[in-house]
Amino acid sequence: MRLKLTTVVAYLLLLIGSLVMVFPFAWMVMSSFKEAREIFALGFWPSAWSFDNYREVLFRTAFPRWFLNSLIVATITTTSVLFFCSLVGYTLTWLRFPGRTLIFVLMLSTLMVPTEMLVIPWYVMSVNYGWVNTFWGLIFPGLIPAFGVFLMRQFFRTLPRDLFDAARVDGMSEFGLFWQIGLPLVRPALAALGIFAFIGNWNAYLWPLIIAKSNDMRTVPVGISLFSGEAGAAWHLIMTANALAILPALAVFVIFQKQIIEGVALTGVKG
Amino acid sequence: MTTPGKNAKPVLTLARREALWAYLFLLLPLAFFLLVRFWPTLQAFQLSLFTWHVDPLQRQFVGLGHYQEMLGEPRLQRALLNTLLYTLIIVPAQLVLGLSIATLLQSVTAFKGLFRAIYFAPYVTPAVAVAWVWSWLYSVNFGVFNNLLFEWSLFWEARGIPWLSIAPQPFLTSPSQALLAVAVVVIWQGLGFQVVIFLAGLQGIPRMYYEAARIDGANPWHLFRHITVPLLNPVIVFSVVISTIASLQLFDQVVNIRFLDQGGPLNSTLTIVLYLYQEAFGRFRFGYATAVAVLLFILVLVVTIVQFKLISRRVDY
Amino acid sequence: MKAVTKLIVAAALVLLSGTALAQITITYWQFDFATRVEAINQLIAQFEAENPGIRVVHETFPHAAYAEQVAVAVPAGQGPDVAQLFYGWLPMWARAGLVKPLPEQFFDTATIDAEFVPMVQVAKIDGVYYGLPTSVRTLALFYNRDKLEAAGFSQPPSTWDELIEVAKALTVRVGPRFTQIGLGVAPAGQDHHLIREVLTRQFGTPPHSEDGRQVLFGNEAGLAAFEFYTSLITEHEIGVIEFVPGAGGYREGFRSLENIAMIIDGSFAVGDTAAVAQFTWGVAPIPTLDNGVRANFGSFWMNGLTPNAFRDPAILEASAKFLEFITRPEAMRIKLELVGELPARRELIDDPQLVVDPVFEPFVAALAYATATRFVDELAQRRVIIDAVNRVVMEGMDPAESWRLAAQEEQGILDQFHRQ
Repeated sequence: MRLKLTTVVAYLLLLIGSLVMVFPFAWMVMSSFKEAREIFALGFWPSAWSFDNYREVLFRTAFPRWFLNSLIVATITTTSVLFFCSLVGYTLTWLRFPGRTLIFVLMLSTLMVPTEMLVIPWYVMSVNYGWVNTFWGLIFPGLIPAFGVFLMRQFFRTLPRDLFDAARVDGMSEFGLFWQIGLPLVRPALAALGIFAFIGNWNAYLWPLIIAKSNDMRTVPVGISLFSGEAGAAWHLIMTANALAILPALAVFVIFQKQIIEGVALTGVKG
Repeated sequence: MTTPGKNAKPVLTLARREALWAYLFLLLPLAFFLLVRFWPTLQAFQLSLFTWHVDPLQRQFVGLGHYQEMLGEPRLQRALLNTLLYTLIIVPAQLVLGLSIATLLQSVTAFKGLFRAIYFAPYVTPAVAVAWVWSWLYSVNFGVFNNLLFEWSLFWEARGIPWLSIAPQPFLTSPSQALLAVAVVVIWQGLGFQVVIFLAGLQGIPRMYYEAARIDGANPWHLFRHITVPLLNPVIVFSVVISTIASLQLFDQVVNIRFLDQGGPLNSTLTIVLYLYQEAFGRFRFGYATAVAVLLFILVLVVTIVQFKLISRRVDY
Repeated sequence: MKAVTKLIVAAALVLLSGTALAQITITYWQFDFATRVEAINQLIAQFEAENPGIRVVHETFPHAAYAEQVAVAVPAGQGPDVAQLFYGWLPMWARAGLVKPLPEQFFDTATIDAEFVPMVQVAKIDGVYYGLPTSVRTLALFYNRDKLEAAGFSQPPSTWDELIEVAKALTVRVGPRFTQIGLGVAPAGQDHHLIREVLTRQFGTPPHSEDGRQVLFGNEAGLAAFEFYTSLITEHEIGVIEFVPGAGGYREGFRSLENIAMIIDGSFAVGDTAAVAQFTWGVAPIPTLDNGVRANFGSFWMNGLTPNAFRDPAILEASAKFLEFITRPEAMRIKLELVGELPARRELIDDPQLVVDPVFEPFVAALAYATATRFVDELAQRRVIIDAVNRVVMEGMDPAESWRLAAQEEQGILDQFHRQ
């Protein structure tokens, strides 16, 4: 195997870049094992690998509750996203009915409206209906994203019409056509959508910050944000709390790496 | 199984049945869109025309008053400027870096998956946590970056080459550096996404184009400029649009990287969304804040349309 | 069968409503400060023991998010019945409808005027009280006695010149890097009060007019005060802004990291410092100029009633009772013990026992001349001073120019509020 100079340079650059990507997290993890004064000193490695900080954050804050909240909200939302976006995407592609184009265009037009413009009306609505500081309040804005509808429609369009016509003639119900024939064929898109929905929902900040007002309704990002703010100069705890927020995400990524990256690539190609 | 009702009710044709099912399927989603997307959009416009009070009876109609107020408000002007600056820095940087790294990755054979994973990993983590970590790294007296710079400078000064030394930087405590410092964090976290989509785009370009051009005597730069870039156009558009929209809506990182002085120092990192949030939930001015939100909406709309017109190109083979 | 079911349901309802009547739950919110939280928890335990039908739910929020959370919760009909607020926020909160005037039937204005220290009168709008404090605070100079003595100073500084001298001796740096600073400057901490209320008066001008509508600190004396403060950082280099990053970093640097020799902080910091500090520390009055003019900033966190408390007469009564309980002399003693906050009632201030404790002496002595700024929007006005300092320190702006801008900004805030 001949080693071309360009290849060596490429590897070198990639390696340097990788170090840049890894370094902040590495520092964060190292800091999470240091005690209060040590973190202000200059070393990289902790002198003693103490789990005190983790104990402090896990047991003396509401972190477990934040984690549970995030899990509940993200799971429910993702389930809804997968079901409804694919159902709507399918309907807009393979069912014929008056107003189909209009409805599609209307739904697509909502893509133009940034959520930041809607948070205040959503908040006012939540106030009026008593959704503030509830799970429903956390969940409702993200249940059926227009992006998801668009994505699923793109994928349903790639399927052959005969497939559905044949099945319809065989007497399959409309829902069966969707559920048993259409859905399995768009599995890669479902995976991509599900991943995006889950990750996006888990990491959401602005809306949960507004709607969750008590400590035990916070999601992980809001919880660690406010915790870090009030922790003052206790940076060893701040680093630990943020490590606890980041590490599960990284763990999930490592496990589902292939699907996640393929999902992202998919949206890039189709988008 | 015979189609039920086909003979019993002559009105229910196949087409009508299909339409009915369609409406049934769309019932809940349409209700959702109406309730959660359309109605709030209209409400936003309406809210922006009134002052806000907890008691509905005390809200006053001000018409375009909030919009007029926005014109003369220096903090908002600064927020607008900053948001545009963020966009102008982040979008090209992510595009160039993403494409470069993807190209590098494309050219190597070993450890491709590992590298790709390393570059992408930060993207799945919460921006909030990333901001706090970088906030600590950027810390002026105790942060890693300045420590390294300090050691670096000492090193060169000890060897009698003082001009190579770099002074510790104020980073987030300097109005002139803070915005750039935040932009670096955003670029760092979003880079992986760009790398992955460009990598997918690159892998989708048929090799025969390159081979044919190489036979014609094209050098690597020609290949890049005349084959790669045009064929990557859809991905480039996607990258630019996504980056832009994200940059225009910057909030999480700005809030958390200087939590005690959000948007500071001296409004140098302030973004439109942060300004909006502060006006709404810090000063209880929902009417005014919604007007700012409407401004953001118009901004995003205009920028996206302009981008599509400018960048989108049909590629002719 | 149906009749029996009806009876059972009816009985259940009666029982439930009966227990509901007996148990009233009120919610109290305050901003998160460890020792204050502990004090309130103790008070709640006592209150619930004395009032078995009332249950108090206690929630806290970090400083940065507290005001926002109240703004989100109260309009939703959720959140606190009794809420703590910084007295400087009162005008904005009252205008936004987040707190309501204390009902006369439970709280008599004249009695409050007579029983509480004078600075509490700032909690009135249009002659009606909107809340009451459990404790008040003043500022003083905290110093690390070990470090001072090691540097040859047996007494804490009493004038600003002395302070500069001491601080310079205690500032340690290697090139551009400080490893220890003499004075923990913190415009975002108490220093903006120091500048606006203390230094201006020491240099010869009240910061605002009597009615609180005019900014006076833009004059020569005010500018001298501002220039003096910024010179501590830019010229004498005895302080570094954000030396220790994070909320209250200056406090952390003083008492646990021990890389800050002196800080100017409120009496509320006494409790924590006593608990954490592993060195000998002391408290001294804020230094003066050579002319000896004394000034101090008094402030307080007050407890008010939100619209939620008024939705039900039983809840209102319970909330009023709770508010009255936590502003009793006994409650104030607990706050003093646990938090180091001075009682808000005159009878306790005159208590000889209080003055004897050396730690509190400078704080109590300052009560005689401490003034509370008449804020209309404390958060915005705080920002004005912070930005003024930052412009000089971070951007190198001429102090006169920066201070002129600050006076303009503050006047704008006052004008905008009073115009509405």
